[in-house]
Amino acid sequence: MSILEYNGGCVVAMAGKECVAIAADRRLGIQLQTLACDANRVFRMHDKLFLGLTGLMTDITSLHNSFDFKLNMYSMREGRLMSPQTFSSLVASTLYEKRFGPYFSEPVIAGLNKDNTPFLCAMDLLGAAAYADDFVVSGTCAESLFGTCETFYRPDLGPDDLFETISQAMLSALDRDCISGWGVTVHIITPEGVTAKSLKARMD
Amino acid sequence: MDSIIALTGDGFVMCAADMTNARSIVVMKEDMDKIMELDRHRLLCMAGEPGDVAQFTEYVQKNVHLYQLRTGVSQSTRAIANFTRNELAKSLRKNPYSVNLLLGGYDQHDGPEVFYLDYLGTLHKMPFSAQGYCAYFILATLDRYYKPNMSEQEALEVMRKAIDEVRIRFLIKQPDFLIKVVDKNGIRTVSK
Repeated sequence: MSILEYNGGCVVAMAGKECVAIAADRRLGIQLQTLACDANRVFRMHDKLFLGLTGLMTDITSLHNSFDFKLNMYSMREGRLMSPQTFSSLVASTLYEKRFGPYFSEPVIAGLNKDNTPFLCAMDLLGAAAYADDFVVSGTCAESLFGTCETFYRPDLGPDDLFETISQAMLSALDRDCISGWGVTVHIITPEGVTAKSLKARMD
Repeated sequence: MDSIIALTGDGFVMCAADMTNARSIVVMKEDMDKIMELDRHRLLCMAGEPGDVAQFTEYVQKNVHLYQLRTGVSQSTRAIANFTRNELAKSLRKNPYSVNLLLGGYDQHDGPEVFYLDYLGTLHKMPFSAQGYCAYFILATLDRYYKPNMSEQEALEVMRKAIDEVRIRFLIKQPDFLIKVVDKNGIRTVSK
């Protein structure tokens, strides 16, 4: 089993019309043993920028701490918030810094640009970024998520429809993966604000 | 082979650990205390390689004291958990300590808390947890019998059920368990 699959977990993000959604499962396990079903792998960096991290839990925590610090330093130095594009470059360079002893975590970045157009980006553990304008996936059930997203996704959805779409895509994919699941959190990011909802999935 | 268990109740944390110190197939002693007292309100249950455990947990304990002496402020349970996690995560890619921990503490502000920490630096707050082989039996037992806000008497009964499960189902003998409780009045040993 790959070290990226040691703790389990997955993240998906989708773009709508002037909104983005990011969803993650809540399981924390050690291989096939479930430890907790209230794990958090999606983090608010600021009101229009969210970071989802899959992979090894210790590296998720380390990376989250490090990005929180770097973002705080940036906003104090510059007196403004970091744009999603800049943040994805920061994440990529932070990961590539450890090229030969990497953090075992694959990030997903979802946010709104200055003009409220959606921004989506996914990376591998070395920081090779892939930008998308529909959806990005990461984690132990990435393959299933690609399938469900391809099926359910429609362009230019409003916040409510986007929530429904990402939730269905996530729930369908989770049921085919035994090291992800145990509930889902969905964040919908709009220019007006962020709504967080939690879903019940199959609790086994 | 160490078995460590911790659970939160109504205003207290109860920790249990087996008292066997074994190496390879030989039992060295059966009166070992695997629940370290970090300060007046913090218990650290330790499992793993005995050398690493001694070295690492003493380092944490002394740093908790040092912080208290320097600032005059005692850290919250969460702060200690994050300090410990940071040390484990830092050492993971240099010279990892083979140490698995459960940190239980009572805090004026946050109440009773249990934190799960493993050698990789995975940190998670949990209502109850167990580490080692015993987790296979105990997590299931606690899932069945644990209730939030139990009294000390109820918690002790649940803990006994969990330990009995280890005694019945586990291949390796662990005859004695040490149980300690921490609440607003401090730490006390409940039973052996």
